[in-house]
Amino acid sequence: MAAEVRKNRHAFVLMAPYFLIFFTFTVVPVLMSLALSFTHFNMLEPPRWVGWDNYARLFVQDDVFLIALKNTFLFAFITGPISYVACFLFAWLINELPPKLRALLTLILYAPSIAGNTYLIWQTLFSSDSYGYMNSFLMRWGFIMEPIQWLQDPRYMLGILIMVQLWLSLGTSFLAFIAGLQNVDRTLYEAGALDGVRNRWQELWFITLPTMRPQLMFGAVIQITTAFAVAEISIYMIGFPSVDYAAHTIVTHLVDYGTIRFQMGYASAIATILFAIMLGTNLMTQKLLKKVGE
Amino acid sequence: MRLKLLLRRRLNRSWSVDILLFLLLAGVAVFMAAPLVYTVNRAFMPLDEIFAFPPRFIVRNPTVQNFKDLLNIFSDSWVPFSRYVFNTFFIAIIGTAGHVVIASAAAYPLAKVKFPFRGALFHIVVLSLMFTPYITQVPNYMTISWLGMINSYWAILIPAFGTTLGLYLMKQFMEQIPDALIEAAKIDGASEYRIFWKIVMPIVKPAWLTLIIFSLQNLWTNGSVTSHKYIYSEQLRTVDAVFGQIANGGIARTGPVAAVTLLMMLVPITVFIVTQSNVIQTMSSSGLKD
Repeated sequence: MAAEVRKNRHAFVLMAPYFLIFFTFTVVPVLMSLALSFTHFNMLEPPRWVGWDNYARLFVQDDVFLIALKNTFLFAFITGPISYVACFLFAWLINELPPKLRALLTLILYAPSIAGNTYLIWQTLFSSDSYGYMNSFLMRWGFIMEPIQWLQDPRYMLGILIMVQLWLSLGTSFLAFIAGLQNVDRTLYEAGALDGVRNRWQELWFITLPTMRPQLMFGAVIQITTAFAVAEISIYMIGFPSVDYAAHTIVTHLVDYGTIRFQMGYASAIATILFAIMLGTNLMTQKLLKKVGE
Repeated sequence: MRLKLLLRRRLNRSWSVDILLFLLLAGVAVFMAAPLVYTVNRAFMPLDEIFAFPPRFIVRNPTVQNFKDLLNIFSDSWVPFSRYVFNTFFIAIIGTAGHVVIASAAAYPLAKVKFPFRGALFHIVVLSLMFTPYITQVPNYMTISWLGMINSYWAILIPAFGTTLGLYLMKQFMEQIPDALIEAAKIDGASEYRIFWKIVMPIVKPAWLTLIIFSLQNLWTNGSVTSHKYIYSEQLRTVDAVFGQIANGGIARTGPVAAVTLLMMLVPITVFIVTQSNVIQTMSSSGLKD
């Protein structure tokens, strides 16, 4: 063991600063939260052990949680895969363009994510009075007689959120894919052409995708975590809590119990459930990604 | 050389599909460009156009009045505006540089050095991405307060150094470097530190240029969220936090807020253009061959 440590001391020196911070500010709090999920804790009295009670309450008594679960799944299963494919597709298309045009298009496609809250312009677009762009457009052309309350009507909320998220989709993974495409060795394509690769789609499937597997895995994890952890756009676009909980998600439910009702034990249980969902989805996705290029 | 490049580009490509794909790109680009166009136009709109009915998208009589109003607001504040600007740049630059170096240094052994429990350590990193940050806020506040870092930049900087995303990104890119390259350097007598800094980092340049964008954006716009939690002195606040206060002035501040929104976008956009054009340049010089 001591010999093992001495042999790898350079590695440990390189890793020490990062992992010191990482364990203090990420691993320890997460472990604390896991433990707290089995307790009743209101942040004033010391935590009281309650076993699986919080989890049982979530699925048996908490109707709102079930709504949040349904909304989150619907949201994630639509936006996750579409965003993921779009990120790769556009990164790949852009990669073929001449450098100047490519830089410009990258900026434009990434524009929705460039400043933290650009998506709030959708609020102006879907504003509920006749000053909103959508309402004023529809009224001028006679489709509707009076303004629609886009962001207050439970029928439209989730749809609008999905649309906004799709508009935001070319973000982190998109840039990671662009950088990843730079690492693909050009000579592989020439070798592929000699081996009988006929068109761009075969080239994509047999050469580009397999070479980019590390980036594809990274992108998948990022998409899964953003799709299931949706909360911010719901809170800032629709408001919190939303009418009839129509835009309620797992994380907004967690925010409700964690920061408003001070039931930290219960909030921690919600975080653990969310973690389990993401973990399961990730395992499935990584299995699918192993099939790429076969 | 130029001819060879042209020939290479035509490999496995047909014109008809090229045109179709280009049309798709152009269509999506128009949709995505909307916020940029809107922000720029709105910043130069006089008040009567901002509140015009039906609402306008493109400015007709551009004016710089919004920016003048903004200057007036700043001249009233008792902390000089330059102080806020300094704070913002200090946090963004130190935070980004620190994160890129610290995360890359940790990513290299995880990707290329064999040591016990390496796989397990990396799994912990990926798993931690799936735990929502909302739940770690309270323990983190307690830790930061216990370390005596409340009301200082360190409360923002230290956690930013250890963000998970950067390590994961760097590790994925370093994984692609052929082992033979690193073995060869070792045989030549290079130390692990030298290999990391002189061989690995130049090869993964596209990755850390991308990471600079992520980190800077995070510190630039979320700086105010974190600083509300940890920073209480007015003279330590960031531009973003001050702009938030201006926006809270309500509907009368609509003009200056439009100007502010544009100004706040300028720095991330500049950094984006600079780093992205370098990401693209590296392609010809990368030496990734087995």
